[in-house]
Amino acid sequence: MTLLQFDLSVLGISVLAGILGSLLGLGGGIIIIPTLTLLFRIDIHYAIGASIVSVIATSSGAAAAYVRERMTNLRVAMVLELATSAGALTGAYLAGQLAVRWLYVIFGVVMGYSALMMFRKRHQSAGEEVIAAPWADYLKLHSSYYDEAAGREIVYRVARTRVGLGLMYVAGVVSGLLGIGSGALKVPAMDLAMRLPIKVSTATSNFMIGVTAAASAGVYFARGDIDPFIAAPVASGVLIGAVLGSRLLGRLQSTTIRLVFVVVLLWVSGEMLLKGLRG
Amino acid sequence: MSKLRAGEGMAEPTTETEERVRKVELLISNLLRLGVTVSLILFLCGTVISFAQHPEFFSDRSFFGHSGSGSPRSPVLHSLADVAAGLGAFRGEAIVTLGILLLIATPVIRVGVSIFAFIYQRDRLYTLITAMVFSLLLLSFVLGKAE
Repeated sequence: MTLLQFDLSVLGISVLAGILGSLLGLGGGIIIIPTLTLLFRIDIHYAIGASIVSVIATSSGAAAAYVRERMTNLRVAMVLELATSAGALTGAYLAGQLAVRWLYVIFGVVMGYSALMMFRKRHQSAGEEVIAAPWADYLKLHSSYYDEAAGREIVYRVARTRVGLGLMYVAGVVSGLLGIGSGALKVPAMDLAMRLPIKVSTATSNFMIGVTAAASAGVYFARGDIDPFIAAPVASGVLIGAVLGSRLLGRLQSTTIRLVFVVVLLWVSGEMLLKGLRG
Repeated sequence: MSKLRAGEGMAEPTTETEERVRKVELLISNLLRLGVTVSLILFLCGTVISFAQHPEFFSDRSFFGHSGSGSPRSPVLHSLADVAAGLGAFRGEAIVTLGILLLIATPVIRVGVSIFAFIYQRDRLYTLITAMVFSLLLLSFVLGKAE
C-alpha cells in the first residue's frame, strides 16, 4: 500500500470513528486501534499514539458545538475533571506495580454491568424524581438544555455528586493505567449515578476526555509513539467526523443513543475480558 | 449553522451574570474551534508539502504492511527541538507534527483560559476548582517528562 492509499483509507474509517465518538462521548479508540493494527498491520505503539491524538480530536471537534449549544454542562465537567486528573496521576504512579491483566477483567465486568443497567433504564428520562442533592446545590450543577428531538428545553437536576466524583476518580486511574480515554466509564457514571440526561452525559464526557488524553499525550509524544504520518490522517478524519456527529446529537432520540451506547459498551467489555483472560 | 440553532429555544440572557456565562461559553467554543481549524490546516499543508518533497510516497508500496513495523522512513520527531529544526528546514513532517502538538495543547489551553473565565464570572469556587485541575494537568506533564 502506498502512503497516499493509506492516508485516504484511514481518513474514511476515521470519519466514522469521529461520528460515533462524538455521539457517545467516547474517543473512538475502540475503532481506531483495531483498524490500524489488524487491517493496516501498524505496530500497536503507533496505533495507541494515533488513538490518543484522535481522542483529543474528537473531544475538541465536537465540544466546540456542544458548548455553544449548551449541551455540555461546563460546571459538572470542571468539578469531575478534578477527580479524573487526580485519578490519572494515581494511575500513572501505580502503572507497573499492578497486574494490569486483572484490571482488564475487573473493568470488563464493570462495563458489562453498566451496559445491563443502562439497557434496563433505557426508557427512563433523567431527573424525574427529585433527590436531595446538597453538593450539587452548593456547586450549582443543576441546569437545562434545548433538546431538538423533543422540541423543548429540558430542565434537569444533578444528584449524587460524591458518588460521581468517586467513579470519575476510578475512571481517571484506569486512564492512567491502561492509556485509554475511559469515556465508556464516564458516561454511565453521569447517566446512572448523577442522573444527567444521556445527551448531556455524552456531550460532557466528550468535553472531558480531551483533557484526560492530553495529559497522557505528552508522554506518548516524548516516547516517539506519535507518528505524524499515521496520526495526522486519523486525526483529520476524526475531526471531520466529530463535527458531523455533533450536528446529529441534538436530533437523535435519547433512547436510540442509550441503545447504541449499550451495544458499544458490551463490545468494549468483551474486548477487555478477552484481553484479561488471555493474559 | 450552530450559531443560529444555539439561539433558538433559549431564554434571552436577562441578568448580567447570565450574559457573562454566555460570553464564556462562546469564548471556550471559539477557542476549541480555532485550535482544531489551525491543526487541520497544518495537517493538510504538511502532508501536501511532504508529498511534494517525496514523490516516492505516491508509488512506493513498502511504507506499511508486510514489514509489520508500520514505521515509514526517518525516525519519528519526538522532541520540541527536533520539531523546531524540522520547521527551519521546511520539512512537511515537522509541519504536521506542529499541528499534532497544537491539537494536544488545545484542551490544556482551554482549562487555563477557563480559570480567567471564572474570575470574569466572579465565581471564586470555580476559579479555585479550575486552577486545581490546571495544576494537576501541569503536574502530570512534568511527571510524564521525568519518566
